[in-house]
Amino acid sequence: MKLGIVVLEGPYQHEASDTAYNFAVAALEKGHEVFRVFFYHDGVNNATRLMVPPQDDRHIQKRWSELAEKHNLDLVVCVAAAQRRGILDEDEQGRHGKDANNIAPGFRISGLGQLIEAGIQCDRLVFFGD
Amino acid sequence: MGMLHTVNKSPYSCNTLQSCLSHASEGDVVLLIEDGVYAALKGGAAAEMLSSAQGVRICALSADVKARGLDGRLIDGVEVVDYGGFVDLVEQTDKTQAWL
Repeated sequence: MKLGIVVLEGPYQHEASDTAYNFAVAALEKGHEVFRVFFYHDGVNNATRLMVPPQDDRHIQKRWSELAEKHNLDLVVCVAAAQRRGILDEDEQGRHGKDANNIAPGFRISGLGQLIEAGIQCDRLVFFGD
Repeated sequence: MGMLHTVNKSPYSCNTLQSCLSHASEGDVVLLIEDGVYAALKGGAAAEMLSSAQGVRICALSADVKARGLDGRLIDGVEVVDYGGFVDLVEQTDKTQAWL
């Protein structure tokens, strides 16, 4: 089964990101394909590499990045939601004349078309939010 | 074959479970996740709503049940599934609807 996953909430604020991650891990373990994980609304906050949670807590961004590297996942951050919340890659940094960027490895910034495409390409699209 | 509904809100703070159950048809599956699992607590006011759902399979996510200390305290007829079971339910149903 080809799966699309949508994350609508930020890390540490709501369980959505944790539930989505655990769901993705279980699906991959069962041999399903995770076609794309789309981070939308406050979900884009999962994509900052600048988060520094306490050492005894889970590192939500790193967990996603590592899962993406291991399974070659496509982690897509909605560009409009990202700009509002200060999630920038190098291109967006240049375009807006900012002094830094913060996108984490494995994530890329793109548009809502990627969500639509996931809806068309995937057998199931599963939403996690508040 | 049917639809999977996920409910992640406590029935004591939100009416999403009620909305979900009034839309669910025979052959559908309702999966309680996160605070949604409180609905299945034995003796709780919401439990009756679940047990009177006709033809709808009710499941609850084990990790969320355990995290809230509800292990062994759920009403009969609620099937406890792990994350792998969640994935299976997504596969067995035609589509997934999250009641956010």
